[in-house]
Amino acid sequence: MTDMEWISQALSSARPRVVAALLRYFRDLDRAEEAFQDACLRALKAWPKNGPPRDPVAWLIFVGRNAAIDQVRRSARHQPLPDERVLSDLEDAEEEMAGRLDDSDYRDDILRLLFVCCHPDLPATQQIALALRIVSGLSVKQIARAFLVGESAMEQRITRAKARIANAGVPFDAPGPVERSERLAAVAAMIYLVFNEGYSASGGEAAMRVPLCDEAIRLARLLLRLFQSEPEIMGLTALMLLQHARAAARFDTDGTVILLEDQDRSLWNQKMIAEGLALIDKAMRHGRAGTYQIQAAIAALHARAKRPEDTDWAQIDLLYGALERLQPSPVITLNRAVAVSKARGPEEALAMIEPLAPKLSGYFHFFGVKGGLLMQLGRCAEAREAFDRAIALANTSAEAAHIRMHLDRLESEAASPSTATPSA
Amino acid sequence: MQYAILCYSDEDVVGSWSKEEDEACMARLMTVQERLHKEGRLGPVARLLPTTAATTLRKGKDEPLVLDGPFAETKEQLLGFYVVDCASLDEALDIARELTEANPGPGSYEIRPVGTFVPWTLPA
Repeated sequence: MTDMEWISQALSSARPRVVAALLRYFRDLDRAEEAFQDACLRALKAWPKNGPPRDPVAWLIFVGRNAAIDQVRRSARHQPLPDERVLSDLEDAEEEMAGRLDDSDYRDDILRLLFVCCHPDLPATQQIALALRIVSGLSVKQIARAFLVGESAMEQRITRAKARIANAGVPFDAPGPVERSERLAAVAAMIYLVFNEGYSASGGEAAMRVPLCDEAIRLARLLLRLFQSEPEIMGLTALMLLQHARAAARFDTDGTVILLEDQDRSLWNQKMIAEGLALIDKAMRHGRAGTYQIQAAIAALHARAKRPEDTDWAQIDLLYGALERLQPSPVITLNRAVAVSKARGPEEALAMIEPLAPKLSGYFHFFGVKGGLLMQLGRCAEAREAFDRAIALANTSAEAAHIRMHLDRLESEAASPSTATPSA
Repeated sequence: MQYAILCYSDEDVVGSWSKEEDEACMARLMTVQERLHKEGRLGPVARLLPTTAATTLRKGKDEPLVLDGPFAETKEQLLGFYVVDCASLDEALDIARELTEANPGPGSYEIRPVGTFVPWTLPA
């Protein structure tokens, strides 16, 4: 790895902490970003010559702040100041900064920076775009590509989001414990949005959107390093790692989604799984279950199963039960029904999802699951009806193709009834 | 004399490597390991998971305290390490507690999951 590669990686990894601290000084997002850019330019000149500083983050904050102050002075006096004045006494200053800034300072700074991006006035897509631009430092072009929109449209979206935040005002008071935990929850939700933006993509889009998953995991690790004892942040990080570990196995060569039970498990990323399992283990010790932890625990049970038939469905059923109690939702009950069908049979599962019909009458997966259960029970005509509804509601051609496969199987079984094996 | 070589770097930077960059680096390190192994000079090698996966057991006046995160004090120095095989973090913590009991002095034990382990062995 060349010096320049190392420097550019160090700059991008320092970015969230530096921009967060500069935002505290300047209380202005644009100024903080400009100051960071300025500091990076100086780093690119100074670091190859003098070697990287002991604490790159402190160096960048100090230099960025001075460069911005210099800028203000310069425009005030209409005369340039020598650049060297900013750089000459760097050594002492760096030490001073490093001494003063420890993780507890960074904590609230970073939380503020992330929290600014999840302002309730901003729609989810703007929150994500803003976080990727400001916190992660992705270029507008990269973000536009991930969202499959034009660069100028994305530029506008980000500008509008920034203007809205500027009008709303950034909260600069140090948060109290309740406020801090509320901010943390909002930020966790935003990070999971970033992840899902990448994870839910399929087909040709998937490859372009994978960086969003990586970025979300990076942000979660950053948050976890600052809030080390928050089980839900451990759970969120674990959940994303365990889901993303399956990335290489989730699509076939045509970009069609491969269901969990049909995936080639040797393609799962064991390193990510190991990290996810370690984190969920850590989180569970706190005995404060939350929705991310439970979802991660479910993902962990899938990750632990060497073959689909080794999956501990009874345990997954229990975990979905716990999730339902924390966050009642028909979609969660539907997921639970899948586990119930494996653990206790399709009849019980069908009884569980029937009451959901009014709420999920427009939901593709409801009819997909229902059709599957009816098919297992040998109720072919009803199964066909459910699958037809599912196809009508499919969001992607891959979803429709998957259901059509079931329909084809029903047809062939109808043609030779002796192979049909009703299980009830 | 046997030496332990401890590796320090910025885990943010290393963690942001692409799969290809990471594999290329591991392949280069493996070349070095294989040569040292042939020369009979290499013991076990471990790559640890990120510090976010770490838990620390700190010995106090009363019961040892379990803290989330890596060992962060600068007043104490690394004196040694164990590699243990456990079914869960709780088992690893139990072993660390046993060590604190056997060892009369103060100190902390950072428990960090091992990502990859290469069981090279030194000749007896």
